[in-house]
Order: sequence, then structure tokens, then C-alpha cells
Amino acid sequence: MLSLLSEYLPYWIAVVATAFIVAGLLITFVAVSALFFIWLERKVSGRIQDRLGPTRTGGRFGWLQTIADGIKLLTKEDTIPGLADRTLFRLAPIIAFVASFVAFLALPFGKDLVGFELSVAAFFMLSVLSSEVFGVILAGYASASKWSLFGGIREAAQVVSYEVPRALCVLVPVVVAGSLNLNTIGNQQVGMFWQWNIFHDPFTFVAFGIFFICATASCKRAPFDLADAESELVAGFHTEYSGLRWSFFFMAEYASMFAVSGLASILFLGGWHSGLLPFEPTESLGIVFGSLVNVFVFVVMKCWFLVFIMMWMRWSLPRLRIDQVMMTCLKYFLPISCVLLLGVWLWQLIVPMWFTQITRYLLAGLTVTGIVWMMIAIVRRPMITKPGELGGVWAGIQTPGMRARS
Amino acid sequence: MNAQWLLFAFLASCIACAALGVVFSRNIVRAAVWLLFTLIGVSFLYFLLGFEFLGTAQLIVYVGGTMVLVVFGVMLTAQGPFLQLRTKRIEWVFAILVGGALFGLLAKASLDLATPQTKNENIPGISPLGLAFLGVDAVSPTVPMSGFPDGREAPKRTANSYLLPFEIVSVHLLVVLIAAAYLARAKRKRTPHG
Repeated sequence: MLSLLSEYLPYWIAVVATAFIVAGLLITFVAVSALFFIWLERKVSGRIQDRLGPTRTGGRFGWLQTIADGIKLLTKEDTIPGLADRTLFRLAPIIAFVASFVAFLALPFGKDLVGFELSVAAFFMLSVLSSEVFGVILAGYASASKWSLFGGIREAAQVVSYEVPRALCVLVPVVVAGSLNLNTIGNQQVGMFWQWNIFHDPFTFVAFGIFFICATASCKRAPFDLADAESELVAGFHTEYSGLRWSFFFMAEYASMFAVSGLASILFLGGWHSGLLPFEPTESLGIVFGSLVNVFVFVVMKCWFLVFIMMWMRWSLPRLRIDQVMMTCLKYFLPISCVLLLGVWLWQLIVPMWFTQITRYLLAGLTVTGIVWMMIAIVRRPMITKPGELGGVWAGIQTPGMRARS
Repeated sequence: MNAQWLLFAFLASCIACAALGVVFSRNIVRAAVWLLFTLIGVSFLYFLLGFEFLGTAQLIVYVGGTMVLVVFGVMLTAQGPFLQLRTKRIEWVFAILVGGALFGLLAKASLDLATPQTKNENIPGISPLGLAFLGVDAVSPTVPMSGFPDGREAPKRTANSYLLPFEIVSVHLLVVLIAAAYLARAKRKRTPHG
């Protein structure tokens, strides 16, 4: 991009123009995917929790609802509490959004398709994403409301704790790859799906799960949404926010969900390689079409799927208590991730190449078998129960409400 | 006067303004936010110079550190909402003296660096320092270190290694950590019946 533009323009104009184009593309992508995720969140919650609204309103597939929401947020009155620290109150949502947006600069969307190639991109993304919490704490402090302050302080405790196992779990595939450069890590996993880092050895296999849970917790998504626990703290750190500033917090949340999903899929799930094509698309299909294939695989198949799993978790699991959240991190995830890191070191040092290959095939085969078995089980015996009865382990028990209806 | 120079000037003046903000703001959280901007600016400076790892480490360490500062600052100092700090006159005088002395020292050092060096061997680089730290002696700083090109024999290890003292200091830190965790543990009362 830079070399293309600097043929026609003076060098510094080319640099500035490239910066603006890249930043503009990224911010458009972040905003549009936030819109899409809000729509998806509604639909997923409607399907999972039998919420009737999201499955019926707003045009075909409910696409109008998000637009209406956006217009509402833009025109809503922007209030600031009288006691609040006005400067910090205005600053907080911007800090939160900028932090999660900057992470996209280092995230490659395809082979060599990255805003700014850093040799330490994995480390950079971790550090930038963890500074998003600063905006949340400032919002909690500056609102001059005790609910907001509770939310902010909870968030501080939670994110600072979950940062440690998250960083350790990122180190596990980094040890396997021998690089912190996300482009290099992605390029190493070319080929069929057993070449992905997740199937490299049992430690990376477990590390993916731990990383994904820790990433969910550090995005303050349910079941870890202690910072904006609606049923306890009104709305936590964004109680006093409304209108556009409030929507900045939500854009930041959805953007960081996408960013950690992207990080997870590059580190563990083969990045932009579909795992079904045994070649690199940019080399066989031409640079433009191959890059399109890469971006499609990366964004749609990997990142959106992981974000969907986050939503699935949010609407299926109840919220943890704050002491349970801290205990899960400090008593379980931290020791487990230390063991994983030690294990992957030993594996890299001791285990011979042929054994690693066998482990790859074994783990990949087991995973595929498990997924296929689950699919067959779901298709053969769907969990549909008669009206007035409960399914699963509750079969045969009738709730009082159900009895009254039938 | 190229783009690099312009960017540096812009960034440096931003950092200086943010640092002044730290000094002049009365509210402790605002001071911490100015400090945050100062440190982020310094990490941008590292990125501008091409030191990506250093800049990222600056971000992760100091943003986290400032956050802890905010939390503790609020928890330990504020009896009411939005506490204002007042600085006494004698503190101003003392701070200006110390700050001016430090600034003079740094300015002199950087001006010395800018003047061309005639004798190079007095300033050891990073690699001789690291080797001396590991106890490798007989390293002359004028020799280009990497790879020992012209048949020179590799430097020998002597007994005078600083690695062990360094490790002892870090183990000492670990002991302090464990002791702090021990002191802060939940104390259960022992009942007579167990």
C-alpha cells in the first residue's frame, strides 16, 4: 500500500494517506461489526432464552431494530450527573474505545494483510487490550455514584487477575511457534486442520480453552459481567451514561470481543487458513482473490464463530459471584496455565518429531469425531419436549406454573 | 526538518504538557490520568524510534501500574468524593530545587552525548555489561563483540559473577511476596473444639 502510493505522491504524503486509509478501514470494520454483533446478540438471546421480542420485531430478520437503536442512541439526551468529574466523565468512554480499537492495528486479517506489522504483535495486542479497563475504572470513579464505583473496582480486580493466566496461555502457542509476530504464527499453520497449533500437543489443546475463558472474562462478558451486573449494581460502571457515550462502551466491548477472538484464532486455530484447503490461497488463486478468501475464512469462519460462542455462553450460564470469579482465576486458571507453560517447554525439548505428528493426528481426529458425534446426537434425538413438560434431567418434573397453564 | 523530526517534536511537547499536568493538577485521579498520558507518550516515543518490544512493555507495565495507583489512591486518600490536594509553599521550593538539579544533570548528559566522541573505549556498550554480569572477564569494549570474528579466543569466565547475587535478590523479592500473602491471609479463630 505504502509502496504503491509513494510512486505517485511524495513520501510523507503517502505515509499520512496510508495511515488515514488503514485507520478508516479499520474503524469502519469495527463499527459495522459492532452493529452486526448487536443484531446477532438479540437473535441469539431470543432463540436461547425464548425471548419473543427479538425473534419477531423489525423487518426481515430484524435488521431494522439495530438501525432504530442507533438512531435512538444518537438522538438521546446526553446527561452528566451534577456531582461528576466532568472531564474524566467525558474522557472515559473514549479511552475504552481507543484501547480496543488500537488492538486491531496489529491484528492480521489475512496473509500480510495487517494495519501495522509489528514483530511483537501478540504482546502488543495483550497490552493494549488490557488497558481498556482504565476507561471502565475512570467511568466508575468519575460518575460520582456508588454503583458505578463498585462496578469499576470489581472490573479492576477481575481484569488484573485474569490478565495473568491469559498472558501465560498466549505464551504456550508462542513457545510452539517461536515468534511473537502474528503474521509468522499464522503462516506457520498452513495446510490441513491438523497443522493448527491447537492440535500440536495436549498442552496447547487445553491452553486454548483456558485462554478463551480468560478472554471472555477480560471482555467482561457474562458469566463474568460483574462490572455491569444489572441485577446487583443497576448497570455498574455505565449507570450514569446515556446516548452516544454509552454506545462507545458497547462498541468497545464488541470490538474487544472480536479482537480476542482474532487473537485466539491466529494463535490456536490456524489464523486465516481454512484447514480444508491444503495450500495458501494468496499463492494459488492470485493476491486479490486469495486475500478475499483469507479474510472470509478468518472473519466469518473463525472470529464470528468464536464471538457466537461467547454469546452462547452469556445466555446459557448464570453470573458468578465476585469471590467465585476471583477463586476460579487465582486457584485454578493460574496454576493450570503455569503447568501448561512448563509442559509445553518440556514437550518442545524432549518429545521427538514423529511423536508430535502422531499426537497431532490423534488430537485432531478425536476432536472431529467428538464434533461429528455431537451433531449426530443432536440431529437424531432433538431436545424438543411437549408443552407443559421439561426436558433433559428435569424430565418428568412438572413446575407449578406449567401445571397451571396446561 | 523531516517528518520524523516533526513527529518527535509534536510527541515530545505532548509528553511535556502531560507531565506538567501531573504536577499542577490538584485531584489525585486527574494527576494519575495525566501520568498515564505521559507514560503512553513515552511508549509512543519508543515506537517512533523502532523499539517495539520496549514500547509494548512500557504500555503493559505502566498502564497497569497507573491503574493500581488510581485504585489505591482513591481507596487510601479520599474520605469524601473528589478530594483536592494542596501543596505547601516549602514543598514547591524543594521540588523546584530537586527537579532543576535533575534537569540540569540530564541536559548536560544529553549535550555530552550529542558532541562527537574522540575516545570510544570509555563507554561500554550493553553486551560487555551483560557479559560482565555473567562473570565473563577480559572483554575490551573496543572489540566488536558479536561472533568474535578475527580468531580471537572467546572470553573466559572468572569467578567474579554477579548472577548469583542478582538471583538472591530476586528470591528475596519472592520471600517478601510470600510473607505479604501470609500477613494478608484470612485469619480464622481457632475454636476449642476444633
